[in-house]
Amino acid sequence: MSPAYYLFLSAALFSIGAAGVLLRRNAIVVFMCVELMLNAVNLTLVTFSRMRGTLDGQIMAFFVMVVAAAEVVVGLAIIVTIFRTRQSASVDDANLLKW
Amino acid sequence: MGSLLAATDVGTAETVVFWVLAPIALLAALAVVLARSAVHAALFLVVDLFCLAVFYAVQDAPFLAAVQITVYAGAIMVLFLFVLMLVGVDRSDSLVETLRGQRVAAVLLALGFAGLLGFGISDAVLDMDSVGLEAANRESNVLGIARLLFTDYVFVFEVTSALLIVAALGAMVLAHKERTGPRPSQRSMSQRRFGRGSAPTGPGVYAETQDAHEPALLPSGAPADDSGASGHSAAGGQTGSAGGGA
Repeated sequence: MSPAYYLFLSAALFSIGAAGVLLRRNAIVVFMCVELMLNAVNLTLVTFSRMRGTLDGQIMAFFVMVVAAAEVVVGLAIIVTIFRTRQSASVDDANLLKW
Repeated sequence: MGSLLAATDVGTAETVVFWVLAPIALLAALAVVLARSAVHAALFLVVDLFCLAVFYAVQDAPFLAAVQITVYAGAIMVLFLFVLMLVGVDRSDSLVETLRGQRVAAVLLALGFAGLLGFGISDAVLDMDSVGLEAANRESNVLGIARLLFTDYVFVFEVTSALLIVAALGAMVLAHKERTGPRPSQRSMSQRRFGRGSAPTGPGVYAETQDAHEPALLPSGAPADDSGASGHSAAGGQTGSAGGGA
């Protein structure tokens, strides 16, 4: 088995996450699907790091995790704020910027 | 296919781990997307994060595996579940399609994207030689990462600290609620809840009045036999007025 199989798995996980972002209406579930996509990319980075024989890919995955943590904090705060004003966590209800 | 079999640089144990955990990770990811309840989706996401942590561990990235479990499966998922409880778990997704044909299009797009990625990967890297991290991890994985982090990537590392501070401040600003009216007292909250014209009481609350001579209600709505006020239930049949018992 070649390590490239990890890349196939990660591609599948990324696609599933993307489908979830498109399919779900609950903002929190959409957010979880975004996390799934980020994690799929992290698996790719770790696998590439191993195939290349350097640790730079792992460093990059580490920074992706840091940015994801910051993004989760801000994103969930936005969801809580929207829920407070509109009493709904659905992405369809936040439509004030709709053209 | 010949090149596929030639590039066998993954040990037997790792192969077994991969073929056991990869289907679990895929099924858990599908369950995240398909679960009706958001809490179930969060729990399936935890399963997925743990599978990925094991993949990191077997791919010579023990530091990232530890970070994945502590930061992702620990902190971030707790935050997700916390917000889920704050927002209300009973608010399930509406199944109404707001754009016609959106679901079919989304599934087709995802499948097409997966196909593109898969063919791209198999074209580009399937017969690429894997170097392995034995040389890079000679001292230890953590030492190697620390050496890179504090030399080549030190500027990125510093910028990350600014990002974290800004994110924490942003979350505080966003989640802070300015109080515009007077601070609600226990009395005013009780009157809002039971008063005339108030909304029906929420799930798990059986009482519709707080009058002392109203009987306690069972979950079915019937007066409880051993309620102290059940003798008065015929006389005090009308619902209590606002704040009557306070």
